[in-house]
Amino acid sequence: MSSPTATAPNYELIQQDGLETSLLEVSMGPHHPSTHGVFRMDVKLDGETVVDLQPVFGYLHRNHEKLAENMSYLASMPFTDRLDYFNSMTNNWAYALAAEKLVEIEVPERAEYLRVIMAELTRLVNHISLVGFFINDLGALGTPLLYAFREREKIMDLFEQASGARMMCNYFRFGGLRNDVPEGWLDRTREVVDRFPDFLDEYEKLLCENEIILSRTQGVGCLSRDLAISAGITGPMLRASGVNYDIRKVDQYGIYNRFKFRVPYTDDDVGDCYDRFMIRMLEMRESIEILKQALRDIPGGDIIGKAPKIFKPKPAEAYARVEGPKGELGFYLIADGTPKPYRYRVRPPSLINLTVLRDMCLSQKIADAVVILGSIDIVLGEVDR
Amino acid sequence: MSHTVGHEPILGKFPGLEWDEEAGALVVPAAQAAKIATWLRDNDAFLLDYCSNVTGVDYLEREIKEKVTNEAGKTETVIRIEPSRMDIVYHLYSMQKQTGPLVLKQRTNREQPEVESLTPVWRSCELQEREVYDLFGVNFMGHPDQRRILMWDEFEGHPMRKDYTEPFDYEWEPTPHDEVLERHQRGKVIV
Repeated sequence: MSSPTATAPNYELIQQDGLETSLLEVSMGPHHPSTHGVFRMDVKLDGETVVDLQPVFGYLHRNHEKLAENMSYLASMPFTDRLDYFNSMTNNWAYALAAEKLVEIEVPERAEYLRVIMAELTRLVNHISLVGFFINDLGALGTPLLYAFREREKIMDLFEQASGARMMCNYFRFGGLRNDVPEGWLDRTREVVDRFPDFLDEYEKLLCENEIILSRTQGVGCLSRDLAISAGITGPMLRASGVNYDIRKVDQYGIYNRFKFRVPYTDDDVGDCYDRFMIRMLEMRESIEILKQALRDIPGGDIIGKAPKIFKPKPAEAYARVEGPKGELGFYLIADGTPKPYRYRVRPPSLINLTVLRDMCLSQKIADAVVILGSIDIVLGEVDR
Repeated sequence: MSHTVGHEPILGKFPGLEWDEEAGALVVPAAQAAKIATWLRDNDAFLLDYCSNVTGVDYLEREIKEKVTNEAGKTETVIRIEPSRMDIVYHLYSMQKQTGPLVLKQRTNREQPEVESLTPVWRSCELQEREVYDLFGVNFMGHPDQRRILMWDEFEGHPMRKDYTEPFDYEWEPTPHDEVLERHQRGKVIV
């Protein structure tokens, strides 16, 4: 193995009389409960302190991009569900946006509102399960996670009613959505959205000032603002490091300019695990605000625009990005005039957020490395593609 | 809405820079990429501090049919051969100014592709350039840690290249045994 990226801090082993010490190499993964999938970290330890760490990827690699280049544009829509299988709706949206840039299709009003509703419900699902898993990583096995999953299941039911699938929704189409939501769906969604803050209050009361959580997360895995920007960190992790950058506000894709919401971010330069945890708790409140406005204003009408029967764009390039729950999810398409994309590329937020894993873990304890990895929020379907 | 970055002021600053109208991208001469990238990052007019997406695009040699009007006033079809090439694409944004994207392309040949690594300029290129090296076989000069990332170390070839064909006895195990071992030794598929 060649030299690591950042140089390890100068390090001397403690030598005691008559006692030989050495570094301990631990291979964490690929099957380890804390890695949330098949991901490996080669860790070098002195006692419990992490001296060096190398992430190892590729266990779930299936060359999604090559697959997509060998099939028609619409045929890879179901495959985008499998990238980040918690957030299939936002994956669909990012891909649809990129394709809509190649062929200009007007999206009907009702579809735009439903897209926002689906994306924000997805954000709730992602953040609530992330927080659950994160507490799980801290050692509170099971109970908080199941509280989170109880709420997640209510939203999953809504997805199932709308698209027919809980997780692999495949609900978006170029120029709109596959089908309209069933009767009464909007009322059921309003009910879920109205009750969600009660759950958040309870959850926050249980967790946010819990002494164990505070001592395990505060000051652990710090990420400075400059490094976060340079390393291309996006999403809640970037905002926890004190950068006010949300693509919903910056690009205002879809109809996000019509909604009033705030972007939570820290104003200091620390960016520790607690910040990343709290930013997600706060973001859920804002998602609920957006959902309430969208559910109030949603009009009737068509749900799919005039998309061509055979999707065959003229030679062009397009890069579209959305604020996924994990960060900036981008799709880069090159069309060459045939029904298949010449180049299809996914910009995976999970992979790029892992760039700084080593920097955050160095000279922390091994148990904290698990917490730091949990706070980044990765899904291996997207890291390895 | 974020504003796109105007490319006109950049073109005059460095010799050899080209603007690819069709792709909407700035084509950078390979030897100067890091210099131009650093300038784009630090110049107050651009402040492109965030490199979002890095990827490669493999173009095979291809024939393009064009209709041209000849001297006699008749249209005729001319076949133009576009040479093969390899593009490395960077999508740049500015977080401070909230502008973007500016598309930067490094162009190289596809037989011995070699470009300058931009990892020293933006850390976000680190894993993505490793991925381009792995899947396209592009050599990034100055990359601190260039090795395979998604495929295993013993893998031969670069699967995202347009002319890649998988070997006919494609099956790999770290410690081949039984049937697979037999196949390895014989070097062909048992049908």
